Amino acid sequence: MLKDFRQSILVSIWFVFLTFPLMVVRVNTTEQLVEWRWMNLVWVAIGSFILSYLWRYMMARQQAREKVADSGIEKQSKVQLLLEDMSFRYKAMAVLLVFALIFPLVFDTYQSTIMISALIYVVLGLGLNITVGLAGLLDLGYVAFFAVGAYAYALLNYHFGLGFWTVLPVGGILGCLFGVILGFPILRLRGDYLAIVTLGFGMIVKIVLENWDDFSFGPSGIANIDRPGLFGIDMNINGSTTYIYYIMVAMVIFTIFVTMRLRNSRIGRAWIALREDEIACVAMGIDMARTKLSAYALGAFWAGMVGVLFAAKTTFINPASFTFMESAIILSIVVLGGMGSILGVILGAFILILLPEYLRAFSEYRMLAFGAAMVLMMIFRPQGIISNIRQKYEYKGLKEETDNG
Amino acid sequence: MAEKHKLLEVKGLTMDFGGLRAVDSVSLEVHEGEIAALIGPNGAGKTTFFNCITGIYTPTKGDILLHPKGLESRRLNGLKPNKVTEMGLARTFQNIRLFHDMTVLENVMIGRHCRTTSGILHSILRGKAVREEEQQIVETSYQLLEKVGLAEFTNEFSKNLPYGAQRRLEIARALATEPFLLLLDEPAAGMNPQETADLDHLICKISEEEQIAILLIEHDMKLVMNISNPIYVMEYGKKIAEGAPQQIKDNPKVIEAYLGEETDA
Amino acid sequence: MDYFLELFLSGLTRGSIYALIALGYTMVYGIIQLINFAHGEIYMIGAFVALIVAGVCTIYGFTGVSVLIIAGIVAVIYASAYGYTLEKIAYRPLRNAPRLSPLISAIGMSIFLQNYVLLAQTPDFLPFPHLIPEFEFMEPIADIVGSAELVIWVTTLVTMILLTLLIKKTKIGKAMRATQQDMSMARLVGINVDRIISLTFVIGSALAAIGGVLVASYIGQVNFYIGFLAGVKAFTAAVLGGIGSIPGAVLGGLVLGWTESFAAGYISSDYEDVFAFGLLVLILILRPAGILGKARKQKV
Repeated sequence: MLKDFRQSILVSIWFVFLTFPLMVVRVNTTEQLVEWRWMNLVWVAIGSFILSYLWRYMMARQQAREKVADSGIEKQSKVQLLLEDMSFRYKAMAVLLVFALIFPLVFDTYQSTIMISALIYVVLGLGLNITVGLAGLLDLGYVAFFAVGAYAYALLNYHFGLGFWTVLPVGGILGCLFGVILGFPILRLRGDYLAIVTLGFGMIVKIVLENWDDFSFGPSGIANIDRPGLFGIDMNINGSTTYIYYIMVAMVIFTIFVTMRLRNSRIGRAWIALREDEIACVAMGIDMARTKLSAYALGAFWAGMVGVLFAAKTTFINPASFTFMESAIILSIVVLGGMGSILGVILGAFILILLPEYLRAFSEYRMLAFGAAMVLMMIFRPQGIISNIRQKYEYKGLKEETDNG
Repeated sequence: MAEKHKLLEVKGLTMDFGGLRAVDSVSLEVHEGEIAALIGPNGAGKTTFFNCITGIYTPTKGDILLHPKGLESRRLNGLKPNKVTEMGLARTFQNIRLFHDMTVLENVMIGRHCRTTSGILHSILRGKAVREEEQQIVETSYQLLEKVGLAEFTNEFSKNLPYGAQRRLEIARALATEPFLLLLDEPAAGMNPQETADLDHLICKISEEEQIAILLIEHDMKLVMNISNPIYVMEYGKKIAEGAPQQIKDNPKVIEAYLGEETDA
Repeated sequence: MDYFLELFLSGLTRGSIYALIALGYTMVYGIIQLINFAHGEIYMIGAFVALIVAGVCTIYGFTGVSVLIIAGIVAVIYASAYGYTLEKIAYRPLRNAPRLSPLISAIGMSIFLQNYVLLAQTPDFLPFPHLIPEFEFMEPIADIVGSAELVIWVTTLVTMILLTLLIKKTKIGKAMRATQQDMSMARLVGINVDRIISLTFVIGSALAAIGGVLVASYIGQVNFYIGFLAGVKAFTAAVLGGIGSIPGAVLGGLVLGWTESFAAGYISSDYEDVFAFGLLVLILILRPAGILGKARKQKV
C-alpha cells in the first residue's frame, strides 16, 4: 500500500514537472505579459496520481491474462460468444437494418447528415481494414485514395457533366489503380518503411491538389458539384439528404458483404498469412507481390468509391479535407475497432465519429483522446474492441468429434 | 540396386554474405524414395544451404537443378520461394514459423493456396465452383491433420499448441502444397525422446506412403542414423563427408568434427 | 553563381537541422527497430519550451545571449524528460509485441502530443524572439551568410562530433552499440538494456530540442504542428543516409536539404515537399539500405 502510494506520488511529481512550462505558463510576447495558470498544476497532480494507480492495475491485469493465455486455455468473453452465435447475429442484423431504414423518417435532416458522415467512415474503415487489418500493411496515406474518388467526381462532373452513378464505379476503379501505383514501388519494403512511404504518398497527393491550379483549382477547391440524381427528379435539400443517406446505407451493406466474403476466402487467408509471417507465407507458395498489390488495390477501391459520394454529399471539395489527420482518424477507427474485425471496425467508426459529434463539449479534445486511445489500445487490448470472429469450417471428422465431446 | 530417378541435384553451391562464405561449393543429390540427411555442427551452414535451395537467398555460385518426374528439369537459382514451392519442393523452418493467429486447420489451408485458383471476383461472387474448391481445401487439410496426428487440435490457434505438435503442424502445412520433395529443417529440435520417436515414424510414413523424398537437416547425428540414407556432413560451410550411415560413423573427419559435441549432445 | 551559392548555403542550413533531428530517429531505430513517430513532436516541444522560457526571461529583464543559453538548456532538459517518459509509457510495454503495435502506438503518441500542446498553449503561430545575436566579425559577409546560419552549422558540427565520440569512445557508447547488435546477448553480458534504451531516447530528444531551438530562432515562429513535417522530413533524411548509421543521418540530412533547396530554387517552391518524398521513394527502391547503410539479410 505504502509503496504504491509513494510511487504514485513520484509519478505525480514527475508529471507536474513535465507539464509545468506548457500547462502553466502562457507568454504573450506582443504585450509582454506572462499568464500563470496554477490551477492546471493541481489538475495534473491529481490526474496523474489517479492515473498511475489505474495504470498499475491495468498492467497487473494484463500480465495475469498473458499467463492464462500461455497455459493454452483462452477464455472468450460473453459478448464474443454471443456474437459467434449465428441466430443472434441474424436477429441483430435484422434489427439494425430496420433501424437504419427508418432512421431518416424518425430523425431530422441534421441527424441524417451526421449519420451519413459516420457511414462514410464505416466504409473507409472497412477499406483500410483490408490493407492494415487483414494484410498487415500499414498505410498512412489512405486518405489520398479518398481524395482521388472525390476529385474524380468533382472534375468529371465539372468538365463533362457526368453524373454520380456513372462516376461511382469509376471512382472505385481509380482508387484501385492508385493503390496499385502506390503498391508497386514499395512491394519490397518492410512494414515500417512502408508506413513512411505511404505517408509521403498521401502528402504528395495533397500538395499536388493544392498547387496544380489548372487541374484541381488549387486550395479554393471545386464548388457546385451535383448531388446524386434519381431519374431526373428535382429534390430539395432534405429529400436529397435522405436519398444520399439511403445510398450510403446500401453502400455500407455492399462493403460489408464484399469484405466479409473476401476475408473468408482463399485471398483473405493469404492476406492474413502475409500479415502473420511474410517468409513462411512465400515459402508456402503464396505470391507475395500479387497478394500485397491486391490488398492495396482492394483497400483503395472503397476509399475511391466513397470519395465520389463524399463529393456529391458536400457539393464542395478542397484539399483541406484530405489531410494526414483524416488518414490518422481512419487508422484509429481500424485499430480501436479491432484489426481484421469487420464488426469491430463498424463499431469503431460509429464511436469515433458520433461520440465527438454528440458530446460537443469534448469535441476539441477529440484528437487528444484518439491519440491516447491508440496508445492504450496497443498496450492493453491490441485486438481492439471486438476481436475477429473466426470462420467455422465443416469437414468430415467434425460430426464424430462433436458426438464424442 | 537399380538406378533411381534423381530429383534434386545441387552442384558447387556457394553463398557469400559480404566477406563471409557461409556455404562453400557444396554438392548434393536427392533421389526418388530417399530420406537424405544433412548433418553438421551448429553454424555449419545447413540452414543457409536450405534457404538457397528454397529461394529465400539467391546463391552466389553453383547450380540447383530440380528434375520432377515426367516433367522438364528446372534450374532453381534466383527463383522466388513461392515458385520453388509451386514446383513441388516444400519446407519447414528451424525456428517454427507458423501463422500464430490462425487456427491449426487454417495453417494447413494456406498450404493449399498454390494448388487452388479462386480469384478475387470469384471469391466475392462465391459460385458453385468456388464453394466446392473451398470445401475441397478444408477436407484435404483435415485429412492431412489426421495423418500427422493433430486432428484433435483442428480449431485451436496454432500458438497454443505444444511444441512438438507445432513441428508436426509445419510438416502438415508443407505437405498441403503437394511436394515431391520435402525439406525438413531440424524437425526434432526441442523434442523429448518420445516425440522424437513419433516423428521418426511419421517421416518414414510420409516417405513410404506418399512417395515423397525427404531431405532433412539435423544437428544431432545419432538421431538420423536410423532413418536416413545417404547422409551428408557439413562443417564450416564445406561438405566433409557423404555416404551410408555406417560409412559416416567410421569417417575420421566426421568424428573429429563432432568431437567435443559428442560428449554433451 | 551567386544564386547557386545562396541555394547551396540555405540547403546546408536546412540540412543541418534535418540532420540534428534525424540523429534521434536513427539512434532509436538502430536500437529497437522502431520509427519513433513522436520524435518530431519532441522537437516541437523543445522549441515551445524554449519560446516560453525566453519569453519569461525577456519579460523579467534578461537580454541577449544569456536568454538563448537559459532557454536552450531548459528546452534540452524538458525534451529529454519527454523523450524518456514517452519511451516508458508508449514503447516499453510493447517491447515484445508484433512490429505494427509500437508503430501505431508511436503514431498515437504523436497525435496526442500535438494536441496536448495545441490545447495547453495555442493553435496560432507564436513569434519566436531572435535570440541569436548578429556577430560583428560576420559583417563583411552578412549579406551571404547570416549569424544565425553560422550558429546552426557550428552547433550541428559540434554536436555531431560529440555524439560520435560518445558512441565510439565511452563505455556507454560501447553498451549502446552492443545493444544495437544483439539485445538479448547484451543483456546476458550484464548490460542494463532498458537503461541504454532510455538513454538513447534522452540523447535523441536532446538533439531534437537543440534543432528545435535553432530552427525556431532562425525562422522566428513556432506552432504545435511544426514537429510533424519536420519529423517526417528528418526520418526521410535518416532513411536516405542509411537508418542506424550516424554519419548516414548527417549525410542524408544534407542531401535532403540540398535537394529541397535546389528544387525549390530552380524548379518550383510549391513542390519542394514532393521532391523530398520523391527522393525517398527513389532511394528506397534503388537502395533500400540507404546511402551509407549496410544491407542486412533477414535471418530465417
